[in-house]
Amino acid sequence: MRITQGAFSFLPDLTDEQIQKQIEFAIGKGWAVSIEWTDDPHPRNTYWDMWGLPLFDCKDAGAVMYELNECRKLNPEGYIKIQAFDATLGVESCVLAFMVSRPASEPGFYLARTEGVGRFQKYAISSYSVEAKPAGCRY
Amino acid sequence: MSQSVSERTRIKSERYESGVIPYAKMGYWDASYAVKNTDVLALFRITPQPGVDPVEAAAAVAGESSTATWTVVWTDLLTACDVYRAKAYRVDPVPSAPDQFFAYVAYEGDLFEEGSLPNMTASIIGNVFGFKAVKALRLEDMRIPHTYLKTFQGPATGVVVERERLDKFGRPLLGATVKPKLGLSGKNYGRVVFEGLKGGLDFLKDDENINSQPFMRWRERFIYCVEGINRAAAATGEVKGSYLNVTAGTMDEMIVRAEYAREIGSVIIMIDLVIGYTAIQTMAIWARANDMILHLHRAGNSTYARQKNHGINFRVICKWMRMSGVDHIHAGTVVGKLEGDPLMIQGFYDTLLKSKLAIDLPKGIFFDMDWAALRKCLPVASGGIHCGQMHQLLNYLGDDVILQFGGGTIGHPDGIQAGATANRVALEAIVLARNEGRNYIEEGPQILRDTAKMCGPLQTALDLWKDISFNYASTDTADFAETPTANV
Repeated sequence: MRITQGAFSFLPDLTDEQIQKQIEFAIGKGWAVSIEWTDDPHPRNTYWDMWGLPLFDCKDAGAVMYELNECRKLNPEGYIKIQAFDATLGVESCVLAFMVSRPASEPGFYLARTEGVGRFQKYAISSYSVEAKPAGCRY
Repeated sequence: MSQSVSERTRIKSERYESGVIPYAKMGYWDASYAVKNTDVLALFRITPQPGVDPVEAAAAVAGESSTATWTVVWTDLLTACDVYRAKAYRVDPVPSAPDQFFAYVAYEGDLFEEGSLPNMTASIIGNVFGFKAVKALRLEDMRIPHTYLKTFQGPATGVVVERERLDKFGRPLLGATVKPKLGLSGKNYGRVVFEGLKGGLDFLKDDENINSQPFMRWRERFIYCVEGINRAAAATGEVKGSYLNVTAGTMDEMIVRAEYAREIGSVIIMIDLVIGYTAIQTMAIWARANDMILHLHRAGNSTYARQKNHGINFRVICKWMRMSGVDHIHAGTVVGKLEGDPLMIQGFYDTLLKSKLAIDLPKGIFFDMDWAALRKCLPVASGGIHCGQMHQLLNYLGDDVILQFGGGTIGHPDGIQAGATANRVALEAIVLARNEGRNYIEEGPQILRDTAKMCGPLQTALDLWKDISFNYASTDTADFAETPTANV
């Protein structure tokens, strides 16, 4: 399966040239670009690992691409996303997020059901790769 | 002493002589009134009866929507009546409508109970719309002061927090209404939810008139929808939802349904505008307390919002609903099947999404207004839209919107998943192109055609709906636009 988190996951994987254009767009808007990676892409895993701080001072998309490639070297089988933050009053949040790397194989998620009273069911989603495997050897 | 007691004590002031005197003379017109920061302001479009002076008509509207009755009452003198009287302070002719006038009215803030939309609206639209001295009357806009806004909760979740909860940034959200609206069993209904979400939508939704009917009781719908949502979330790795409509005949029953929706893990519930302002405020407070996103369908609004000379402009409903605390409201599509002039729709979207409003007459925004940090309400574009219009939708409506393709998803010849995928792929392709700095409005059709080469469902959808448009003139149009705005 293909995890479809992020703004462009239904398109073919973005090329580096396409990624750089999106970064240029974000920098042009005055947003701070950041890189995050994980080996636990659960839909509610909010806190991926930060590849350093968001690049608040960086006006150079090439420098972001350099950091992205460094992150890729260390996490060849991880999920990596680019995010952009807008610190404007009334927003103060992420305003763009898209995947830029993913593992070659994505086994997907298991949906566990716990029967409750009557027809009530409690659902829990867990990643096949993460299940019973420690960080670092999941993908 | 020949006079009787009642004759001796009769009030001598001309203003309080018993009988009927013009409203303007009663103190409801004050051309030199200095508006206070704490005043509630209203702008009415007045069509006076033939022969009635517009200033007198404006004063009458101010009077009837505040302290006045049809005749002079001495009990006014037991109050600080000068303060409580609303004041009409400005009357302008409506461009290109010689029988109509814009009347600005100021209301003292203490006329209204804190945090009560029913109380404020009972004054502003209570009796006055049936008043004989005006042939027609429309509430066009309001300025709610910072002091009064601060007594309202505002959107339970708001756009920023909703996006954080859903983990979806940088693009409009995608939804669809389950069709047919009526008649599906719970199991079949949940199938539509699952297919649409797995195909790429963020939300499915109940329609306004799906509550708990003989063909599908509400618990059946909720249980099957949540099964579909969780299956789709596991299949995609995304947070998904479906608006569960909890509208019911009593407040107690709505709370029962909302609590059940929370227990089975839904992230969002839905209500209809027809449940009334008190019920909406109650549900919004419940939603904030229970981490629930609250969707509002504007069922019924066109009965009073559509005609230009009488009723309530929808931008006022937008303001009231943002104050009441809903997170989503249907606000028009520009290009779809329902009423919507482009400038008017942009005015609604600004009203729902901006932190501060500045006067913008072409968009129908008549007042500067600071939203006092009330959260933002996400507009929903729904009704007769399809993926071939994606570039126009993004251009007119921007990123903070939910694009809902009901027929445009479920009507896809290759099935609901294919329909959903076509919409999601089209959306991502147009957003990508816009961010790359391309002229996506002009190149939109070509971008979609190129993208469709690697996405069969999009190709099918573009071929099927390429000639569909709803090109009718809008009823509710701008008064101050330099050129009349055509529908698209």
